Amino acid sequence: MMKNCEYQQIDPRALSVSPASAPQSPAETTAQRSRRKWEVFPGRNRFFCDGRIILASQSGVLPLTLGLIVVTCGLFFAFDCPFLVEHLTAFIPVIAAVLFVFVVISLLRTSFTDPGILPRATPDEAADIEKQIDTSGSSTYRPPPRTKEILINQQVVKLKYCFTCKMFRPPRTSHCSLCDNCVERFDHHCPWVGNCVGKRNYRFFYSFIISLSFLTSFIFGCVITHITLRSQAGKSLVQAVQESPASVVELVICFFSIWSILGLSGFHTYLVASNLTTNEDIKGSWSSKRGAEESGNPHSYNSIITNCCATLCGPMPPSLIDRRGVLPPDEAISAASASEIELPLFTAKNDAHMCTQSTKDVLERMVHSSDFHGLCPPGTPKTTPLGLDDSGTPAPSAEPSPSAGCSQQRGRQSVAAPCLALSRSSKRDSMHSINPAFRLASPSPSLSRTSFILGEAPDISFIPLP
Amino acid sequence: MATEFHNLQELRHSASLANKVFVQRDYSEGTTCKFQTKFPSELESRIERTLFEDTVKTLNNYYAEAEKIGGQSYLEGCLACATAYLIFLCMETRYEKVLKKIAKYIQEQNEKVYAPRGLLITDPIERGMRVIEISIYEDRGSSGSSSGSSSVSGSTAR
Repeated sequence: MMKNCEYQQIDPRALSVSPASAPQSPAETTAQRSRRKWEVFPGRNRFFCDGRIILASQSGVLPLTLGLIVVTCGLFFAFDCPFLVEHLTAFIPVIAAVLFVFVVISLLRTSFTDPGILPRATPDEAADIEKQIDTSGSSTYRPPPRTKEILINQQVVKLKYCFTCKMFRPPRTSHCSLCDNCVERFDHHCPWVGNCVGKRNYRFFYSFIISLSFLTSFIFGCVITHITLRSQAGKSLVQAVQESPASVVELVICFFSIWSILGLSGFHTYLVASNLTTNEDIKGSWSSKRGAEESGNPHSYNSIITNCCATLCGPMPPSLIDRRGVLPPDEAISAASASEIELPLFTAKNDAHMCTQSTKDVLERMVHSSDFHGLCPPGTPKTTPLGLDDSGTPAPSAEPSPSAGCSQQRGRQSVAAPCLALSRSSKRDSMHSINPAFRLASPSPSLSRTSFILGEAPDISFIPLP
Repeated sequence: MATEFHNLQELRHSASLANKVFVQRDYSEGTTCKFQTKFPSELESRIERTLFEDTVKTLNNYYAEAEKIGGQSYLEGCLACATAYLIFLCMETRYEKVLKKIAKYIQEQNEKVYAPRGLLITDPIERGMRVIEISIYEDRGSSGSSSGSSSVSGSTAR
C-alpha cells in the first residue's frame, strides 16, 4: 500500500547534506554569471550597452534638449533652406549640417562620458584614513576632523572629507548629490545634458555650447534673411510669414536660446581662461574675501593661453571606475549582498569598527537634519545666470527641476530664480543616499558625541587641535 | 624577519595578508598625479628605503609624462576636436599608453623587488589613482609569531 503513494519518500541523508551544499550554489551561480563592475556600482548612475555608456540617474531634460535641436534644424532644412539655396548660396545647408552634426556629437559625448567619477574608498583605505585621523589618541571624544589642510603651490587649501565616499576629496573634487559620486574637477551637474560636467567631459561640454551658439546664431540669421528676402519681393511681412510659418517657430526658439547660450558660452570662456570651475566661481573659493593671503587660484597658470590649452587640449585622463571590468568572484558575492541592503561595498572584515563608523554617521546625520532647516541660503552667486547643486542636498529636495542646473533656459523661467532656489549651503556631504535603516540598527557606543556641533557652516572648518 | 618568496603565485597561495599600507597623493604641485615619497614606518623592517623611493619616483615620473601639457598633447587635443572627438573611439590616447607602461613596470617591480620581501604593490589605477596600496604578507608557516606582532603594532597605532 505504501508503494502506491504518489510522493517520494524523503531521504534523511540528503537532508543533512543539503545545508552544506547550499552555500556553494550562490557561489556557483555567481561564478557562472560573472558580473561586471558597473552592475555593483554604488553611485546613482545608469549604464547601457554592458557598461559602455554611462548616464546620470535622471536623464533630466536631455530628450528635450535633443528634441529642440533636432526639430529646429529639421524645420530649418525643410522650410528655409530651399528658399535660401535658390536665392543665396548652397553653402548654407552645408554649414548648418556640419554645425548640427558637431552639436549632436558633442552633446552625446558630454552626456555619455564618465565625468571623472572617483571610485569610493575600499574598506581598508577608509580604515587607514580613520586610523590616521585618530592617532592623537581616542581618550577624548572628539569628532574626527573633516578637513585637512595642504599646500598647493605655496597656498593653503582645505581638503574635505567625504562621508559617502569615505575619503578626503582631492582638490577641485566635489560630491554631486544627484549622482551620488565624487567627481574630479567638478563643474556643475547639468540637467540639459543629463550628466555631471567634470574633468573628463568639460571639453565636450564646452564645444557643445560653443557650437550650439554658432548654430543658433546661424539659424537665427538665416531665418531673418529668409523672411526679409521674402517680404522684399513685393509682399508684406505678414504675408511672408504666412508663407513660411515654420520660420516663426524657429525664430522664437532661437531668440530665447541665444540669450542664455551666448551668455553661458561667454561665462565658460571666462572660466576656461582663468582655469576655474563653475563650482569654485560660485563658492568664491579663490576670491579675496577671506583676506589678502588667500587670494589667487593656485591651479591657474597665470596665462590665458596656457589655461585654455590646459583645460581644453590637455591629455584625456582615463576613466577611473572601470565599468566593464569583471568582478572577482569573492567580491561579487559580498557586493551582491551589500547592494541588497543598499550599502557601499563593506566587507565583514572589521565589524566593530564599521559599527562605530556608521554610528558616527547616524549621529552626524541627526545633527545635519536639524541644522539644515535652520539654514538660510547665502546670497545670489556673483555671476548670473548660473546656479548649481553640487553636494549635500538631501534626497527629497534634489529634484531634477530645471532650476537645479545650468540655466540654458529656452523660455519661460526667469534667470534669477534658479540661483536663489539652490543657493543652499553647498558644503554638506551627501549622506542621504545610504539607506538609514541599516545605520540605525547598529549599536551606539556613546551618545556624548551629539553634544558637539557637527554641522558645517560655510566659513567654519575643523582644524585638529595639536 | 625576512620571509622569502620566490614568485608571486607562491606569495599569494602560501601567505596571509597581514596589513596594508597606503601611500597617499602629494598635492603640493596641484592636481597632477604625484605620490608622496615619505617612507611608511610599517615597511621599515621589510624593504630598504632607497628601493621604495625609487619605485615611487619612477611612478611619479611616468604620471608626469602622461599628464604633460606640451606639443603632443595639444596636437592630440586639436585633432580630437576637429574630428568631433570621434577619434577617441579608434585611437588610444597617450595617457592610456603610459598607463600600460606603468602596469608593466609595477608588475616587474612586484616580481623582482617586492614579492621576495613579502610585499605586493597594487596599481594605483585600481584604487582610483588615490593611493598606492602596498600589501604586507606574512608567511603562513610563521604566522603565529609574526601576525601576532603585527596585530599588536596595529592596535597601538590606533
